Amino acid sequence: MRTRSVVGRLALVAFLAAVLAFWALPMLWLVTAPFDSQPGLDVSWPDWTLANFQKLSENPYAFSSLQNSVYLAVGTMLGVTALAALAAYSLSRVRIPGRNGILYGLLLLSSIVTGTAAMVPIFQLMFQLNLIDDRSGVILVLTGGLLPAAIFILKDFMDATPKSYEESARVFGASPTQVLRHVVLPIVRPGLATIAVWALVNVWSDFLTAYILLRDPAKIPAGVVMYTFYSEGGQANLPLISAFSLVYALPVVALYLFVNRRYGFRFHGGIKS
Amino acid sequence: MTATADRKVRSNREAGARAGGPVDSIDAAGLGRARAAGLVAPALVLVLAFLVVPAAWTVYLGVTDYRLTGIQAANPEFVGLDNFTAALADPDFRNSLWLTLLFVLGSAIVGQTVAGFALAWTLRTVPKLVRSVVETLVLLAWILPSSIVAFLWVAYLSGDGGTLNAMLQTSGTEWLLEHPMASIIVFNTWRGTAFSMLLFSAALGAVPPSQLESARLAGAGAFAQLRDVVLPHIRGHVLTNTLLISLWTFNDFSPYLLTAGGPNHASETLPVFIYNKALYGGQLGYGSAISFIMLLINLVIALFYVRLLRERR
Repeated sequence: MRTRSVVGRLALVAFLAAVLAFWALPMLWLVTAPFDSQPGLDVSWPDWTLANFQKLSENPYAFSSLQNSVYLAVGTMLGVTALAALAAYSLSRVRIPGRNGILYGLLLLSSIVTGTAAMVPIFQLMFQLNLIDDRSGVILVLTGGLLPAAIFILKDFMDATPKSYEESARVFGASPTQVLRHVVLPIVRPGLATIAVWALVNVWSDFLTAYILLRDPAKIPAGVVMYTFYSEGGQANLPLISAFSLVYALPVVALYLFVNRRYGFRFHGGIKS
Repeated sequence: MTATADRKVRSNREAGARAGGPVDSIDAAGLGRARAAGLVAPALVLVLAFLVVPAAWTVYLGVTDYRLTGIQAANPEFVGLDNFTAALADPDFRNSLWLTLLFVLGSAIVGQTVAGFALAWTLRTVPKLVRSVVETLVLLAWILPSSIVAFLWVAYLSGDGGTLNAMLQTSGTEWLLEHPMASIIVFNTWRGTAFSMLLFSAALGAVPPSQLESARLAGAGAFAQLRDVVLPHIRGHVLTNTLLISLWTFNDFSPYLLTAGGPNHASETLPVFIYNKALYGGQLGYGSAISFIMLLINLVIALFYVRLLRERR
């Protein structure tokens, strides 16, 4: 029994070491290369410098692409959160004819019509609408794509909040608009925050939609611009790519740390699925 | 469902009657059906325009010889099921279907499920610090933008001074060229395990510790405990997890960022195949036919998933 537990302990440590190595090793480059005076593809102790960030700040497309990413992410986040909240509230509280059908359809749609399966018709549609190379077009496509899941999650959330507050507000003569703004909105704020963060991270990471819908280098977001950082000789411009990757990754890391500290980043036991 | 609704109606009626307000409202905020429908409409319009229309358009384009340039771009002709029969006869398509199956089996069903469960199981008992370090790394791999992680792996696997070669003393091995499928399978396991880990952590948290304890006292080994106590509790979660990660992996475009489907179609999963054929090669009609096949496969997985959700409610 005793030897068995020692062996078990050793196996556990070996497993954890392997796990750490497997996940950490590919990521190390993101921490070392940006600060190396001559970054290669390998991970090595850097010859410390901030010159790469200097080069990055001189690149005309690095900053504009981050601005574009912010524009796309915030635009989509606002659209998804607002429209999903209104739809989810109505679907949760009012028996609109065909409600169950709508919900069932949304759940199916959100998993079936994915960016990759629909890239051809979406490209085609945007081409016909003259929205190729238009950032608002990207926001519309991303919003449409994220809405079904957002409505579904928010509706579950709203179903779980009590109706009694709204009812008492009504009893005291509040109008529906007042009830929505002063009673419902504060109650569902955590749910809205979840959807907002989820939409932000999704769009910030998006590659495919922007890649197929935008052409002008001044309009493309950060995820796509990385693939244009090549030197004249066709070699990857590592000083630029490494510094840019770090800057592009930081908001996600910061958001993760914030959410993790504030709410804990895990699914809770009562998860439906 | 109806019982709750009836109760809602009744309590609303009572509230309305007490306040002397309208009796016809059946909803708590007193929106009324028309206004409620008005609030749902904008979301539905967007979903209709950018999900339903594209899905329907896939069907239409799939039966034409539409191309990005040339005569067929101006007036595409109806070609019936030609695109589909062409696809079935196309060795590149069959190759791509097979590679996609390998990709889903290897990286989702085996890789992510096994790694996710192993992590969730072992991390229960380790010190809190170790646990949060491991979880943070696995989660970062999941949430960092795909362009960044793809480049990290291109650097890691590179034959020209990549870290993996430096460690294994296999200088000069171009992993992405010599073992493209293995590379993207390992990459996607690394990328996506976080979801399975989180889901199984939540599931394991719901297994009553007393049952595990009594199994252990009865002399059950770790394997027997897993099989007889844990598995029956989390069977539903395993199924949910498998369906969702299969769906996501099946639709994943990031192999494109690592290998672009190459070398010579050796890692061209379906999404990459569609991109290369339709948007890069300009064969929109043919690409749409393949997209339609993809939508059908998604539909099958999604129907399983929705049925599962309904059964559990």
